[in-house]
Amino acid sequence: MALDVLIVDDSAAIRKILHRVLVQAEVQLGKVHEAGNGNEALEKMKTEKIGLILSDINMPTMDGIEFLTRLKADDAYKSVPILMVTTEGSQAKVMQALALGAAGYVKKPFTADQIKEKLAGIL
Amino acid sequence: METVTQQEIEQAISKASREVFETMLNLPLEIDPSVVRNVIEPETFHGVVALVGVAGAWTGAGHMSCSPEFAQRLAGALLMTEYDSVNEEVLDAVAEVANMIIGNVKTIFEEKVGPLGLTVPTVIFGRNYQTRSAGVKDWVLVRLHSGEDRMDINFYLMPSRVMHHAQHRPEMLTA
Repeated sequence: MALDVLIVDDSAAIRKILHRVLVQAEVQLGKVHEAGNGNEALEKMKTEKIGLILSDINMPTMDGIEFLTRLKADDAYKSVPILMVTTEGSQAKVMQALALGAAGYVKKPFTADQIKEKLAGIL
Repeated sequence: METVTQQEIEQAISKASREVFETMLNLPLEIDPSVVRNVIEPETFHGVVALVGVAGAWTGAGHMSCSPEFAQRLAGALLMTEYDSVNEEVLDAVAEVANMIIGNVKTIFEEKVGPLGLTVPTVIFGRNYQTRSAGVKDWVLVRLHSGEDRMDINFYLMPSRVMHHAQHRPEMLTA
């Protein structure tokens, strides 16, 4: 079954790159939705049937940690896997994201293969 | 008191820049060892500047500048598209390159000074302008070359109590 994906990043450049990587990855890709911060992402979750999320951490309005926290607290969305793709490389932040329920963590800068490898492990 | 040296900043910028250029841009990169130095303020610009702030127990900022042509080349390499002018996509790409380089510099220094936060990047494009950070006297400048193009990265990091003191005691600035 095709998988609808939500890419959450305040950088349009990164959203474009991740979209391209998803197309190349061995994923049965459905629609790819985009959001510029956690708030926009939560709105998308209400209207779309998202099966996978790739999210940044440092974003304005609502950051990725807050978004992850709210997502995992909601029974409707808590089973949706979320891969954090971020410049935030501190061990404390990595541990926090994983403890909150992130399915994985990729640090920017990243290669396409790193993202594909993580997706293969998640899906 | 813990200090961050010019050499440590140079090494952190070099490491972070190499990682970004090799991993996401696939562009050649050389650090110009003759231009690593302390500067009072970054110079006057014609081109693109991206600013990223660092905050926590220590305060700092990264300041990345390059020509419009190099900005277009960076964006082209990142997004696999050709650009013949500095448009919104080019500015966004330069902001993201700065975010990755300064973000990784921040991560390197977190091992020494503890957790730090990162602001979202601000990017500016124009002619003959200067940038200024209140109370900051010492930036470390590292110059990078990629083929014929040049990029300057300025960075400072100081304990927040020193920064706070300098900003709220104007006489300190003229002493």
